[in-house]
Amino acid sequence: MTSLAVRKSTAFFLFTLGSAILLALLLLDGRYRPGEAATMREASRIMIEKLQLTDLCLFTEARYTRHPSMADLHSAFQDHPLALDHFPSGSLTTPPRFRRERP
Amino acid sequence: MNRSVERHRNILDFALSSLLRRKGKNVSLWVMYTLVVFLIAAIVFYTHALKREAALILQGAPDIVVQKMVAGRHDLVPVGYVEKIAAIPGVSAVRPRLWGYYYDAVTGANYTLMAPGDDLPGPGAADIGSGVARTMRVTEGDFLPIRAGTGAPTLFQVRKVLPYASELASSDLILLSEGDLRTLFDFPRGFATDLALTVGNPAERATIAAKIAGQFPDSRPILNSEILRTYDSIFDWRGGMMVVMLGVAVLSFVIFAWDKATGLSAEERREIGILKSVGWETGDVLLLKFWEGAVISLASFLCGVILAYVQVFFFSASLFEPALKGWAVLYPRFKLVPDVDPYQLAVLFCLTVVPYTVATIIPSWRAATVDPDAAMRS
Repeated sequence: MTSLAVRKSTAFFLFTLGSAILLALLLLDGRYRPGEAATMREASRIMIEKLQLTDLCLFTEARYTRHPSMADLHSAFQDHPLALDHFPSGSLTTPPRFRRERP
Repeated sequence: MNRSVERHRNILDFALSSLLRRKGKNVSLWVMYTLVVFLIAAIVFYTHALKREAALILQGAPDIVVQKMVAGRHDLVPVGYVEKIAAIPGVSAVRPRLWGYYYDAVTGANYTLMAPGDDLPGPGAADIGSGVARTMRVTEGDFLPIRAGTGAPTLFQVRKVLPYASELASSDLILLSEGDLRTLFDFPRGFATDLALTVGNPAERATIAAKIAGQFPDSRPILNSEILRTYDSIFDWRGGMMVVMLGVAVLSFVIFAWDKATGLSAEERREIGILKSVGWETGDVLLLKFWEGAVISLASFLCGVILAYVQVFFFSASLFEPALKGWAVLYPRFKLVPDVDPYQLAVLFCLTVVPYTVATIIPSWRAATVDPDAAMRS
């Protein structure tokens, strides 16, 4: 009488192989079929060129975070990670909900 | 060859059975291990992809930007500089840029106001970025209120919303005609915010910047390469900050793994003693412990990396958004082009899988070399 149960080592190898193949497919898919992300990159590049922009619109909370490459040389946040920084782009705290005053 | 493979498979079968006997403990270890790998991998993937995105997108930025400095802060630059700078050999074009910031007290968001060189909206009209449309809840044809420098609110009709796809560059932009921008903020005529230069030969940029700095000692030329370098360093230290924060999580994992690896439980010692007494050699026991460590760490590594990839590139790193958004009300929606190289994966593998597997073997070797009788009685 033969047992139909799969050996545990076989199951582990199948799991590892499956995960490795999935990871490889994800990496290949990202490299050769970037899809919407590539369209967005191209659209942003065209916009930067057309309007002669200098920075990415990533952090809009303050002047020196919106345009870090154009900011004053002595702005906080640009020197090193432990430089005193009023804005929490450089830390991980969340703002109080009632904050509405002018920055 | 086949015997060797079969031996490994038998020991792996035994290792898996052994892990399943302590299911609760090992599953919780696997979950925690996966979480740590996931967090580290997600940060590495995200910062690397963002740096690459910045490098590719900002190649279209001006070759040189010239600012005027007054007492160490940048000031409005006289348009009279344009002619003199354009006369420097190698400079193809000089374009004054007119732009500034606008804080909207109602939404609490900061916007970038700009008068573009071409395709200007007419007087009383504005083109807005998708982020502005989202935050102010306006669309094409609606009116956009902007409070002028005098405090009087002015309405602008939205001519168009800039393409959603370009959010990473234009999310917070409000484009107005030059006349409207000057009137709104009492912007003096004959002055611009800064100057954008086009230089035909990239090799000449540094020389031209030096000439400008010599000719206008109150100016600050910023090269395109410096813009790119700024983003390189920002994401480096941002990544660095995140890694510092994660260091605490990793350290707690290390303590947990070390505790498990160095202090074998009485049950595990007894198991080793029994195995040795029934004929297992020290090498077999070490192989068993190696496979136990390898199963946990390899499964955690693969699951953690796959989850990190999906989180960053399929869900736009939504877990990091609160950290990156900070106090900003307006945050762009964008997708990153996947960019993972084998080197990153190799570093992650060496940082996560190798130390745990090694840490599992050492205490087992110590336990496996003692007398089986003593091991069973301990």
